[in-house]
Amino acid sequence: MTLFLDRILGPLALALTAVTVWLGLWVTPPEEVQGDIVRLLYLHPALAWVALYLAFGLAALASALYLWPRTRSEKWDLLAASTVEVGVVFLTLTLVTGSLWGRPAWGVWWVWDARLTSTALLDLLFIGYLAMRRVPADPHVRARRCAVLALLAALDVPIVHYSVQWWNGLHQDASVLRGGFHFKVHGSMLWTLGLSFIAMTAVFAWMVRRRYQIAVRDEATADAALDEALRERRAEGVR
Amino acid sequence: MWHDAALVAGKDIRIELRSRVLLWQVVPFGVLALILFALALGPSEVALRRGAPGLFWLALLLASVLASGRSASIEAAPGTRNTVRLLGLDPGGVFLGKACALALQLCVLGVVLEAGLLLFFHVDAARLATATPLALLAIAALAAVGTLYGALVAGTDVASTLLPLLVLPALAPVLIAGERGMAAVLAGGGPGRWAVVLVVMAVVYLAVGVLLYGPLEETS
Repeated sequence: MTLFLDRILGPLALALTAVTVWLGLWVTPPEEVQGDIVRLLYLHPALAWVALYLAFGLAALASALYLWPRTRSEKWDLLAASTVEVGVVFLTLTLVTGSLWGRPAWGVWWVWDARLTSTALLDLLFIGYLAMRRVPADPHVRARRCAVLALLAALDVPIVHYSVQWWNGLHQDASVLRGGFHFKVHGSMLWTLGLSFIAMTAVFAWMVRRRYQIAVRDEATADAALDEALRERRAEGVR
Repeated sequence: MWHDAALVAGKDIRIELRSRVLLWQVVPFGVLALILFALALGPSEVALRRGAPGLFWLALLLASVLASGRSASIEAAPGTRNTVRLLGLDPGGVFLGKACALALQLCVLGVVLEAGLLLFFHVDAARLATATPLALLAIAALAAVGTLYGALVAGTDVASTLLPLLVLPALAPVLIAGERGMAAVLAGGGPGRWAVVLVVMAVVYLAVGVLLYGPLEETS
């Protein structure tokens, strides 16, 4: 499993992304109404899915596991931090690709639609989480504060999800499925869209894996530096 | 829990009555914000009346950040949290008590800002009075969110800059629901589903606060 994650996941994510780009740009036809700008939509929903549900869902789960006394472990804190960091990148890209699509489709870069606004607020909430992580504090204090903050920020995820139904804004409803498995997209467009979800999930998994490994090494380095400083002070005392 | 909540609320209110931070800093800031927003809109009577609900909630939100920071800083002094913890108070009760004290302060602030709406924005007094239940719901949500996020940043060196970044996005639904609900009431209608949004926010954040305040208390 470790071998797969370390050696295969990265190239696999790259290959899946390359195939998605090839299918999205050259194989699939232009959409009847939207024309070529539909190609952006092979990326946008997949980015949103990864950020909203996978990244922030994992962050909330890892944070809850950290707060629960029986499962409390530093690894959950580092995992939550890693998923949030990557999740913020994916969510920002979701907003950027949505905006790029919105300019030709709606005529403006941004509209004050409930889905867009709640997504932007969610991004800001998790940027606040990243700011909190950089506040100098005891690692356990920081971990608990950040775990609580991640759970609070995750409360916005259902609001983002249901915003299109609650407020009937400009943003379209479910893109792929309508009422169960009644697909709204067909043929090569459907397969490309499906592959983009798998590709972005693989990219996310690879990025989180690498970020988590860096975080673990950062912690080990900080601990080693502290041990070294303590040894030096003790040596000074002996002299 | 309720007994502990009453004790903590009484303590915070007594501290406020002695220090008068609300009276001399938070309320004047709220009024100042209201006046500055009015200046930004210009002297047009129509624009002022139309913008009044939004500006009221914006002023209340910004001033509530100050009040939340102040409420959290009461326990930020070295050793104070440990002392409170040694008393064996229920963390959920401490949260509710602090939220109640903050809500009471925000009610005072809300009354002053509503007077500002009457004075500077010439809104209908009778219709504004009917928006009071909506304002109380919003204040409950503001107090719950403010207390929780205030505890998150309490004791850090960057509390004053970090708190607005964390709390304002979380309070955005209160701003939206409060503004839309009050605008509907001032137009002669009812707050409709916006009141439901505020009820849900208040209940969710109060429940989450009772559950999560314990781990936050341990950190300090």
